[in-house]
Amino acid sequence: MSTILIIEQVLNGLQFGVMLFLMAAGLTLIFGVMGLINLAHGSLYMIGAFVAAAVAGLTGSFLLAIAAAMAAAAVAGVLVEMLVIRRLYAADHLDQVLATFALILIFSEGTRWVFGSFPLFLDIPSEISGPVTLPGGIEYPLYRLVLIGIGLAVAATLGWLITKTRIGIRIRAGENDREMIAALGVDISKLYTAIFALGAALAGLAGALVGAIQSVQVGMGEPVLILAFVVIVIGGIGSIKGALIGSILVGLTDTLGGIFLPELFKLFMAPAAAQSAGASLASMAIYILMGAVLIWRPTGLFGARAA
Amino acid sequence: MRKLLLASAAAILCATGLQAEVKVGMITTLSGGGAGLGIDVRDGFMLAIAQSGRDDIEVVIEDDQRKPDVAVQLADKMIQAEKVDVMTGIIWSNLAMAVVPSATAQGKFYLSPNAGPSALAGKGCHENYFNVAWQNDNLHEAAGAYANTASYKNSFILAPNYPAGKDALTGYKRMYEGGLAGEIFTELGQTDYAAEIAQIRASGADSVFFFLPGGMGISFLKQYADSGIDLPVVGPAFSFDQGILQAVGEAAMGVVNTSQWNKDLDNPTNAAFVETFQAEYGRLPSLYASQGFDTANLLISALEVAEPGDKAAFRTALKAANFDSTRGAFAFGDNHHPVQNIYAREVVKEGDVFTNKIIGVALENHADAYAGDCAF
Repeated sequence: MSTILIIEQVLNGLQFGVMLFLMAAGLTLIFGVMGLINLAHGSLYMIGAFVAAAVAGLTGSFLLAIAAAMAAAAVAGVLVEMLVIRRLYAADHLDQVLATFALILIFSEGTRWVFGSFPLFLDIPSEISGPVTLPGGIEYPLYRLVLIGIGLAVAATLGWLITKTRIGIRIRAGENDREMIAALGVDISKLYTAIFALGAALAGLAGALVGAIQSVQVGMGEPVLILAFVVIVIGGIGSIKGALIGSILVGLTDTLGGIFLPELFKLFMAPAAAQSAGASLASMAIYILMGAVLIWRPTGLFGARAA
Repeated sequence: MRKLLLASAAAILCATGLQAEVKVGMITTLSGGGAGLGIDVRDGFMLAIAQSGRDDIEVVIEDDQRKPDVAVQLADKMIQAEKVDVMTGIIWSNLAMAVVPSATAQGKFYLSPNAGPSALAGKGCHENYFNVAWQNDNLHEAAGAYANTASYKNSFILAPNYPAGKDALTGYKRMYEGGLAGEIFTELGQTDYAAEIAQIRASGADSVFFFLPGGMGISFLKQYADSGIDLPVVGPAFSFDQGILQAVGEAAMGVVNTSQWNKDLDNPTNAAFVETFQAEYGRLPSLYASQGFDTANLLISALEVAEPGDKAAFRTALKAANFDSTRGAFAFGDNHHPVQNIYAREVVKEGDVFTNKIIGVALENHADAYAGDCAF
């Protein structure tokens, strides 16, 4: 196994991680600030991808597609928050899980009604498609480098927003004590809607960006949602920094595990059996990571309080 | 949700009184991510029923949501409450394994329009089970045979880590004579193939074989095209059917894939099928639609000769396969699986639409490898 291959795989893991971060950031804010488990977050990701595919198909502009995806996901998020979720803040987690699971089904079948059962087409714009040669002779798709850049830029912006701005102070205060900031005169319901819109827009952005290199189809959000939950549990609920570190850890573990575990097994097993056993173990690797982190730090890496 | 499609009023039947009403139970996938396949099978099937003009065939259609437990419940309901005579429709092999053995054991006929797991072709075969599509390994075997004619010497092969994925790689290797640059099992439902593509690049392979049905194939092909690797790719038709080619776009151009059917197969039945399907539904048919169409025509041809109540006669009539298939010649082997030609197709663009063109026969009159293990 050459160094070039290993570097390429690390880049792949990093790219996967930062895209996960876009999902996990919204989820962790919503869970951390509002105490709400939102299973429908994956549906917002799907909405982003579908709207991006539709707008790109109509206008031919990828930038416009991304803007529309973020706007549509944010609008869907706000509607969901105002119509459904607002009634659930006081309810216990089981009610929230049931209601937001129902939303998954509604969004999935609704999308199928509007766009049909066949996957949609969304392609990388030609200016950023194809491979580039990095120092050391590594050929790597330019689009994936752009994804890493966008992900890190969003992380930096969110970090600034949370630590340096007024709304960031309110979000952090909301995480620590919801009742108290309401008593201090912050309009908590507006704050909740704003956080929800922000989280939804990030999910929509992730859907649109990832949709260009994957299949835009109904149900594409749920596998990502599960990984995003793993990320926020590892990172600590409510922590943006935790979500970033957690995402990159999960991205690297998943990608590198899939490559190196079968190779490792081949040292003492027959190749076919090693391949199969290695692949099986690799798909468990992130959950093993989650278990290990939780044993070491039960509230996650950067968790402030017990979840 | 439950849809009853009654061909016509019972009064007409009473007036003619010649044929008994036949009830067909169709369990297929009509919602969720895999819905495109079930919808094509259903539309092809119903088109043939409509064209036959037979108003005594009632088709009960139910959605299995791609879930084995739902499929089992629906099958129980169809057998016990609806009292269907013949069952059909299942797309996925794991659902077929959950439903078919119990349905055939209860004396129902089952005509498979898609799934062909090896377990039902060999030791687990049943005299009332007929597969109208293919045994699961067939298209992969054809890909292996094509690789030989294209003189590939060092293939990199990958498939998801589940039974049909393992069958796929086994099928390819059964026919392929060259060496392997690498063999990978990916996760089922995986959407990102960057890691695998990097391994392909590093492996020194001269060709790539992949079996990644549905959305997995779309993701793989888009990412593969973007990676700048230009090794030839070969695979079964499942990642190149009419329904998903448009979603893959340019990335699929020129890729060779194997199928038992294509819309340019030159026979009158197929020409009429492609034309009427397009007129009726406003889209080009996929191989799944052709399989649904053939399944219905097989059923109708058997009903001309015998009633499902007379099991032995009906079985003989099905086995004779005396119908005009969209594939041209069609015959069943001893284990009630097709013996048929499998073609190599190439993805081309006709106007704005991506579609396939036949470039040659990959395997002629090919039967499956499990037929010998089958004894009724």
